[in-house]
Amino acid sequence: MNAINQSGWKPEMGNAGETAPATYTGNKALMLEEALIFEIGTAATTGVDLADAPKVAARLGNLERHRDIGLPGLSEPETVRHYTRLSRQNYAIDLGFFPLGSCTMKHNPRLNEKVARMAGFADVHPLQPVETVQGALAVINELAMWLIQLTGMHGVAMTPKAGAHGELCGILCIKAALAARGDPRSVILVPESAHGTNPASAAFAGFSVENIPATSEGRVDLAALTARLGPDVAGVMITNPNTCGLFERDMKAISDAVHAAGGYVYCDGANFNAIVGRVRPGDLGIDAMHINLHKTFSTPHGGGGPGSGPVVLSEALSPYGPLPYTARHADGHYTLIEEETAQECHPHSFGRMTAFHGQMGMFTRALSYIMSHGADGLRQVAEDAVLNANYILRSLEDVLEAPFADSGPCMHEALFSDNGLADGFSTLDIAKGLIDEGYHPMTVYFPLVVHGAMLVEPTETESKATLDQFIGALRSVAERAKEGDPSLKSAPHHAPRRRLDETQAARKPVLVWREPEQLVAAE
Amino acid sequence: MRYLPLTPSDRQAMLGAIGAKSIDDLFVDVPAQARLDGPIRGLPNHASEMAVERHFSTLARKNMTASQHPFFLGAGAYKHHVPASVDHIIQRGEFLTAYTPYQPEIAQGTLQMLFEFQTQVARLFGCDVANASMYDGSTACWEAIGMAGRITKRTKAVLSSGLHPHYVSVAKTMAQYTGDTLDTALPDLSANTDSVRLLDAIDGETSCVVVQYPDILGRIEDLSAIAAKAHEHGALLIAVVTEPVALGAIKAPGDMGADIVVGEGQSLGVGLQFGGPYVGLFACKEKFVRQMPGRLCGETVDAQGKRGFVLTLSTREQHIRREKATSNICTNSGLCALAFSVHLTLLGEKGLRGLAQLNHALAVQAADRLTQIAGVELVNESFFNEFTLKLPTEARPVVRALADREILGGVSLGRLYPGTDALSKGLVVAVTEVVTSEDVETFAVALQEILA
Amino acid sequence: MTRYFTEDHEWIEVDGDSATVGITHYAQSQLGDIVFAEVPAAGATLKKGGDAAVVESVKAASDVYAPVSGTVIEGNDALEGDPALVNSDPEGEGWFFKLTLSDSSELDSLMNAAAYQAFVDGL
Repeated sequence: MNAINQSGWKPEMGNAGETAPATYTGNKALMLEEALIFEIGTAATTGVDLADAPKVAARLGNLERHRDIGLPGLSEPETVRHYTRLSRQNYAIDLGFFPLGSCTMKHNPRLNEKVARMAGFADVHPLQPVETVQGALAVINELAMWLIQLTGMHGVAMTPKAGAHGELCGILCIKAALAARGDPRSVILVPESAHGTNPASAAFAGFSVENIPATSEGRVDLAALTARLGPDVAGVMITNPNTCGLFERDMKAISDAVHAAGGYVYCDGANFNAIVGRVRPGDLGIDAMHINLHKTFSTPHGGGGPGSGPVVLSEALSPYGPLPYTARHADGHYTLIEEETAQECHPHSFGRMTAFHGQMGMFTRALSYIMSHGADGLRQVAEDAVLNANYILRSLEDVLEAPFADSGPCMHEALFSDNGLADGFSTLDIAKGLIDEGYHPMTVYFPLVVHGAMLVEPTETESKATLDQFIGALRSVAERAKEGDPSLKSAPHHAPRRRLDETQAARKPVLVWREPEQLVAAE
Repeated sequence: MRYLPLTPSDRQAMLGAIGAKSIDDLFVDVPAQARLDGPIRGLPNHASEMAVERHFSTLARKNMTASQHPFFLGAGAYKHHVPASVDHIIQRGEFLTAYTPYQPEIAQGTLQMLFEFQTQVARLFGCDVANASMYDGSTACWEAIGMAGRITKRTKAVLSSGLHPHYVSVAKTMAQYTGDTLDTALPDLSANTDSVRLLDAIDGETSCVVVQYPDILGRIEDLSAIAAKAHEHGALLIAVVTEPVALGAIKAPGDMGADIVVGEGQSLGVGLQFGGPYVGLFACKEKFVRQMPGRLCGETVDAQGKRGFVLTLSTREQHIRREKATSNICTNSGLCALAFSVHLTLLGEKGLRGLAQLNHALAVQAADRLTQIAGVELVNESFFNEFTLKLPTEARPVVRALADREILGGVSLGRLYPGTDALSKGLVVAVTEVVTSEDVETFAVALQEILA
Repeated sequence: MTRYFTEDHEWIEVDGDSATVGITHYAQSQLGDIVFAEVPAAGATLKKGGDAAVVESVKAASDVYAPVSGTVIEGNDALEGDPALVNSDPEGEGWFFKLTLSDSSELDSLMNAAAYQAFVDGL
């Protein structure tokens, strides 16, 4: 033999039983710690090459900046690495199951991203002459037509920037309609289980908010609601399907009663995914409903926005909708109805809610999704979303209390409570345990009407295998919480961070980074 | 139906497990008369990826794009070059398809980014703190007026005539319902802002003065005197910045005494997108933080003492406070905030200063060239990258005539202030680093021909 | 000095025609870590049952109601810097405000310590 293993390389398995030592860097292989840009960047570094500015006499009104801004720069490779490392500390739909109730975390198709980035949509200015943006106006108009037909409504306001902005839009339509007939009604009725935005939006518009009780089966108490109606009630805000995951069976009766008493019906459309293509809200007597394009119509949540919240309107409320909107003419030409032509085309509008024309980048994505599914596919969306939720409800109701399990099938989300957990164990512990199992937890502590609520919304874009594994994992974690497994109290163990001290964050808020010496000087 | 993983046999097995005979059993709570018996008639059925893409390509071709034509529009939305890495980063699934960071242990990426963003915005604006972003500049402006009302317990807001007319419209819409009074005026087509009017209007009833910087005509003015007068009367100064790149060249509003500074962050990282989604910037003095609307990210530690970040002070928000919340807003513009932050990190102090200098110099050159045209006057004495020309004729038809020659030649004041004759000859022209000297020459020659 | 309690979990300790108000031990335990408290300014007029102060934990905000009508003498400024006093000593150092009573007969409808304890036990 010659040159026996000259390099000395002999792979070995090592001792798997050893506990891992702390690393020098704090990194754990693929789990990389990352400092702040303020700690790694410098004022002299830039990742952008710019042409030199021609020499000119400045006309800045003697307001030239002399003080440093304090912005660190990174080169391009450092920038890409910084954000790539940060990204890996995030959970996301692309990584796994994200059953966040009332948020409709479904798959975000990449075709949507591709069409939104077409230069004809991404690279046009909102104030270009309308002759130069006919294709963009066509997208807005086509999406508007789909939303009207899918909901069986009369009109749609496209500009609201998010769901809560849409709610405000609907409420302002009601306010304007009442003002137009000189009616001073001032009360909006909201079920106890409503999203917090509902009362906040109504209060913003100057209405006083009164709660409507729910029945023991988790639905609006029709008798209590009807009894409260009267000449001071402007309307009701109802979420349907509601936040307990149930369809409001009496919706039509509620609408009829509210209308008979002279009020209007606002529907929170956050849960439209459960019924799209199977029920048209217009057939239930709704006057206004916002549609979260980032929920039902798959535009990405982006780590918290941007969203988009168009509002469909009944014939009674359509005249009051906000400016601007698009109009299609017989020759196929589009115009934009703005302040200029409002007097002749839309004289009763309550006004403008935002600069420009709404969330165009979300309109392209939502229309791409809607066209991909079509009328038949969207119906299947609702059916699969509801099927998946019922499958989870019935697979887990033996281990977790499902307070409304006897109220009939759920719609697109399954609701559980913390009843029956071991002393000292809570919904929070179950959520954190699920993180270790590789899931984003469900929505917790909402709706408020159920103690320790856990709201599971699987959506239609999950396979049966994914659901089966999740059901097994939640069962396992729930059983640990019922047995009082102390290791659950310190979960998550495997996430980039252990439980964070929210009390310290709120008591002594640190909202911006300061140089360490600044901090010392401040104390 | 490429987005739906369940197979027919999965569906049968799951219905069996639930104890339902058919899917209709799960919709029994829907009243019979409201149940649709099949796909909604009159609408097309599902379509292939290729078919959908083809439809959008056809529509996209009907729009005149900024990059492919001489382009001079601004007025609240600006065309800047966005580095390729910005779009790459915001398309990473871990950012794109994440939710609001309510489970901080598995959302540190978004949270740390927001903390960095807040710090960048606060420093750029010369303020102590900033929030995690708002819908856009116009809604942030209204939210600031509302916040000033909560702080001062007064309801009269004085708005500068140089504030973007869409921002004024949004404020007017909202004020109808909140009982706030807005003191507004239309701008003059002159170098003079209405700071004298503002100073006169401030009194013991005033909650805030709102001034755009640079303003809708591109004018820049020192805000210190307005801040001083406002503070003397217990009112706040709100500064509105629709072109944050300007702050690479000129003083920050916070350094001139502004109490709240809001803005539109579109011009960094976000792109034009026909008006949205954009990103509202919101910063203020530390003492007002509990009256701030919107999400806030704060630093803390985890159970093992490691630094980490969480959403904080959430008791201000609607999901806890309900009808007593500081705002009904329950989102931010997270992905656009990320784009803004990445672009600003790539630029850094040096890059932003350089970019601002370049914008200003090119704008000065363009203003000089365009005012060589007979009858065309420069309205501004001062400006950053946007100025207003007074044409010898109504500007709006000129803009259309320029568009016929495939030149996107600015925003006419007739579009922004329809029916106001005194402004109809005004043309607002923005010149950023994407404008070449050939573009300016093409624009100037065409403008001269159209005016001849 | 006599201490009374309300069904909204406030305590009020009366000394002549003035009194000190805070939230009960039970209330702070339900709220969790208190992160912020806003107390009324001296001179504020309070109406029985009306909003008097705000107390916030990380995930909850609650209004503290005036147990009786009166005029505020003093708010507890210490809570601004150290809201945790409400957790550590709710019925002592963690008091919210002192007021002069405008109608001492309003005290008649409040509970004594034993009645409040029974009330809490029944929750």
